[in-house]
Amino acid sequence: MAESLSVFRGDRLVLDDVSLTLERGGALLLTGPNGAGKSTLLRVLAGLRRPDGGALLWDGEPITEDRTAHAARVAYLGHQDALKPSLTVRENLALFARAGGGDMDAALKAVDLLHLSTLPARLLSAGQKRRTALARVLLAQAPLWLLDEPSLGLDAAAVELLGEAIATHRAQGGLVVATTHVPLPLGEVSHLALPGMPDQSRGWWGADETDLTGDAA
Amino acid sequence: MMGLFCALIARDLRLALRHGADTLGAVLFFILTGTLFPLALGPSPDLLRHMAPGIIWVCALLAALLPLDRLFGAELEDGSLDQLLLLGLPPSLVALAKITAHWLTTGVPLLVAAVPLAIMLGLPTSTLPILLAGLLLGSMVLSLIGGMGASIVLGARRGGVLLPLLVLPLITPALIFGAAAIDAARTGLPWAPDLELLGAFLAAAIPLCPLAAGAGLRAAVE
Repeated sequence: MAESLSVFRGDRLVLDDVSLTLERGGALLLTGPNGAGKSTLLRVLAGLRRPDGGALLWDGEPITEDRTAHAARVAYLGHQDALKPSLTVRENLALFARAGGGDMDAALKAVDLLHLSTLPARLLSAGQKRRTALARVLLAQAPLWLLDEPSLGLDAAAVELLGEAIATHRAQGGLVVATTHVPLPLGEVSHLALPGMPDQSRGWWGADETDLTGDAA
Repeated sequence: MMGLFCALIARDLRLALRHGADTLGAVLFFILTGTLFPLALGPSPDLLRHMAPGIIWVCALLAALLPLDRLFGAELEDGSLDQLLLLGLPPSLVALAKITAHWLTTGVPLLVAAVPLAIMLGLPTSTLPILLAGLLLGSMVLSLIGGMGASIVLGARRGGVLLPLLVLPLITPALIFGAAAIDAARTGLPWAPDLELLGAFLAAAIPLCPLAAGAGLRAAVE
């Protein structure tokens, strides 16, 4: 899917020659120290950022040709929850439900927010906002989920819900790429560790299935 | 795609409604600056009537600039811009939807507020339709060019300072034709050519500005 990507931020090389492949139903966990380029890689995969070198392919087609078409295949959860404080949970999600065609009640139920759906987002706690952002991922009904620290601020029960949502998504043939510093209940995953200083060591494609996260969950 | 475009406008209108003070701010600024002129220039009706077209147009321009730096700035800061660009709409349509919302929440209220201001400055009521027609076209041009400028300075430090410097020179043709049309109507000269030129300016801005604004949005999230 991605071949020898490299990305510069300013004059600093953040990603150097990173390659990865995902099959239907596959999950990939990005790990690495702060500043290793995990979030940058996710933004490149989302088509929000252009790679400075290398190619991104979806079913053999380069995605940088038509980034608007690629956007429909992607559900992206960034660092920020991207919620408008003055709109209610439902109003925040309405636009994305329309875009993705997902069922609002089902998505809210999946993240256990149905009872708070008419509350303005400014009254939500950090974890509840994160869950609202996760509901947006569900609503997108996109094959590729890109999750940047999805468990940030979530309690144990919500992390379990997240695990269930990811398992359902993968069972339907969906793909997941997630970054994390804490164990996530992902089940069977591949790992891609991004080195902190790409100038000194090359990025590698970790094929070994050391299922650290599965045990921890 | 059209439905999604309208849903995006509806979302922005709802946001504007919830932040009523921000939305009203531009209109109040317009009326307030307009009323400062009689105080500063003295109450001579002839002088005010003579200057009214220019005063109304300049005040409208400045008032419409006020909400521009939050137009995309707020979306960029809270990460919403990423999500909007991933909606599946081309970035130029995302920009056009936001620009339309800006016009509906700033341009239209300014049109309404221009009437009492014009009457206060002593503009003959026969020229009011020309004033409104000119402002209708001009406010659309301003939203389009302003939206383009806002997306270009997005992410730049001191974008708020840069924005008027970028937008005001580009908008001068609209100001010239718009004010000239009212002047022509007041003195009994043909006013149609001025409005037609303003319309031509708008016709060029409608396809070009959203394209440039879309490219600006793409660049801002990189």
